[in-house]
Amino acid sequence: MTTDHAATSDHAADIDRHVRIYITVFVALMVLTIITVAISYLHLPIAAAVSVALLVATIKGSLVACYFMHLISEKKLIYAVLLLTICFFVALLSLPAITHSNGFWIHE
Amino acid sequence: MDIPYTVEIRRDTGLTNGKIGIWLFLASEVMLFGALFASYILIRVGAPSWPRGDTILNVPMATFNTIVLITSSVTMVMAWASLMRHKFGTFRLYMGATVLLGFVFLIVKYFEYTHKFHDGLFPHTNNFLAIYFTLTGLHMLHVMGGMAVNAYFLGPGAKLWKTNPVWFTNRVENSGLFWHFVDLVWIFLFPTLYLL
Repeated sequence: MTTDHAATSDHAADIDRHVRIYITVFVALMVLTIITVAISYLHLPIAAAVSVALLVATIKGSLVACYFMHLISEKKLIYAVLLLTICFFVALLSLPAITHSNGFWIHE
Repeated sequence: MDIPYTVEIRRDTGLTNGKIGIWLFLASEVMLFGALFASYILIRVGAPSWPRGDTILNVPMATFNTIVLITSSVTMVMAWASLMRHKFGTFRLYMGATVLLGFVFLIVKYFEYTHKFHDGLFPHTNNFLAIYFTLTGLHMLHVMGGMAVNAYFLGPGAKLWKTNPVWFTNRVENSGLFWHFVDLVWIFLFPTLYLL
């Protein structure tokens, strides 16, 4: 009974720790959203603007994926599925880059 | 016949079937939105000129919607955490807030869309608007889908809590994973369409 009680209180403490992390991530996401909008008012050259905007978006996305979606402590199979997805996703996004750079199958 | 491995963990995967299912579904969703993002890049780099999003679209409204969606992600994860703490009343509050914030997002989007239509800006007007309406429209459908599932868990689906609380908690976690994905997509859509 005492062991059960200890396990329950450990579990509750673990959830409390998670909740504190969620609040911290929430504040970070809000700050990063303000940064995203503020940077757009600087009217940077397009290459710099795209790089900075995507960098901030990637940080925000990673926070959501790691903490809200619990990817920071997930099982190997989920990582394997996502790794495969990332490979295909990168290949998909590379197609426009290859065609734009007058790649090996597009000839102008 | 009962669905296998909804509560107990499969020994070979270390996961419940529902968890694997939702992640496989999300992987297919990544490819769906990835295809549209790739199309957007292809059309944009091939265009002789391209408007900055903020010259056509309403940035303050979209910023507000970003805050709404991020907040809804927090309420969603708090709803799950409430179930993990066996606090069903708190779960209902957070889940209710999540659904409500989804509605707020849709209402803001409705005003954005109607304002565009009023100004004579339609998907067929130019490539920028075609991309804008396609990407945000598809995202909006996902918001609606997520809201429908969350509303089900808030209403009739919540009966499962009384008979099988672990299964119900797992279901809410999986629904949350979808909702966070919808938030994640918006995090990339917002700067791409509105700010660049």
